[in-house]
Amino acid sequence: MSFERRDFLGLGVAALAGAAITPGLRLIELAQARSPEEAASTLKRWGLLIDTTRCTDCEVCVTACHTENGVTGNGRPATDAQWIRKVNLTDKRTGHAQTLPLMCQHCEHPPCVDVCPTGASFKRADGIVLVDKHTCIGCRYCVLACPYGARSFIHEAVSGQQPDVPRGKGTVESCTLCVHRIDRDEQPACVEACTADGGKAMVFGDLNEGAGELSRRLREEASSQLRAQLALNTGVRYQGL
Amino acid sequence: MRACAVGASVIVLIMAGLAAAADSRLAPTVKIEKPGQCVEPVAEMRRDHMNMILHQRDATVHRGIRTSRHSLKNCIDCHANPKTNSVLGKDGFCESCHAYAAVRMDCFECHSPSPRVAASAHKPVAPARIGGKAP
Repeated sequence: MSFERRDFLGLGVAALAGAAITPGLRLIELAQARSPEEAASTLKRWGLLIDTTRCTDCEVCVTACHTENGVTGNGRPATDAQWIRKVNLTDKRTGHAQTLPLMCQHCEHPPCVDVCPTGASFKRADGIVLVDKHTCIGCRYCVLACPYGARSFIHEAVSGQQPDVPRGKGTVESCTLCVHRIDRDEQPACVEACTADGGKAMVFGDLNEGAGELSRRLREEASSQLRAQLALNTGVRYQGL
Repeated sequence: MRACAVGASVIVLIMAGLAAAADSRLAPTVKIEKPGQCVEPVAEMRRDHMNMILHQRDATVHRGIRTSRHSLKNCIDCHANPKTNSVLGKDGFCESCHAYAAVRMDCFECHSPSPRVAASAHKPVAPARIGGKAP
C-alpha cells in the first residue's frame, strides 16, 4: 500500500481539526457567554422554533415549565396560572389533527407593554417580555391585550415558590423564556425537556445570530408566526402549521 | 492634667458601658447561624440593606444583572435558619428583627424564604472574595 504525500497531509489536517475542536475549548460559546455583571444586550434576541410535525401528544414541556418555575394550581382550571399549554387543532373538513405548545410569543412590539399603566410589563433588551411584579398593580390590561391569551393573573396566595422565580398574589405572570436559566447560559426548561424526553420539536437560540441553528433553520425552512397579520414580529415561530 | 485624663477615660468607660447595656436591652435577638463577614460591614447592612436589595432588584429584573453580592438570594442562602430552612419564623433572621422593629416586609409574599435545595447552580459569594479581609 502506497502512502502518498496527499494522504499524509490530509490525515494531519484532520488530526489538527480534532485537536482544535475539543469539548474543553468551546471557543464560540465562551466568547458569547455573558458574565453576571453584564447587562442583557440588544445584540441578542432570544427566540424559539417549534416544529409542530414533530410535536407529539406528550406534555413534557408543560410539566418541565411548571416544575422549573414552581407554577402550581389550586385545582381550579379556570383561574389557575398557565405559563405554557398544549393546544390541539383539528381541521373539521379533513380531520387532520395537530398539537402544539403555546406560550408568550415574546413579540418585538408587545401589546401587553403598550397597555401597561405602570411600566411593569416590559421588554428586556434581548427581546424577552417580562412582568416586573414589584410594579405590577394587577389591573390585568395586559391579560386582555395579549392576542395569544398567554398571561395569567394570580388570584390566590402562593407558597412554595422557586428561589429563582418569585410569584405572588395580585400580579400578572407569563412565560419568562426561563430568563433565570438564560442568564446562566442554559436553555429554557421546555426546550431541554422536549429534546430529552419529547419529540425534539423545539429549538432555542438567538434570532440575530446568523450562524446559530435557530437562524439557519428559519433561513432554510418555511416557518410562520401565530396571528402574523398583527405584525408583532414574534420571537416564537412555528413550523408545519 | 493626668487626673483630668483619667477622669475623662473613666467617663468614656462608663458611657461605653451604658451604651452596651442599652444595646443589649434594645437590640432584637438576631441569630447569626453562619458567623463570619457579611458582604458589607454590619453597621452598613443594618442601616442600608433595604436600599441595596432595592437597587439590585431593578438591575436584575430589568437589565439581567445577576451579581450575587447584594442579591436577596445571597442573603437567604447565608442567613436561613438551618432548622427551619427559612429566614422567616420566630428565630428567622429577617422576621425576628422586622417583628421587633414593627416594619412589615413584603418580600416573602412572592420570594421564597428558603435557599434552593440543590444549590449547585447558585453558590453564595464567599466573604473572602468580595472585598475586605479574609475571615
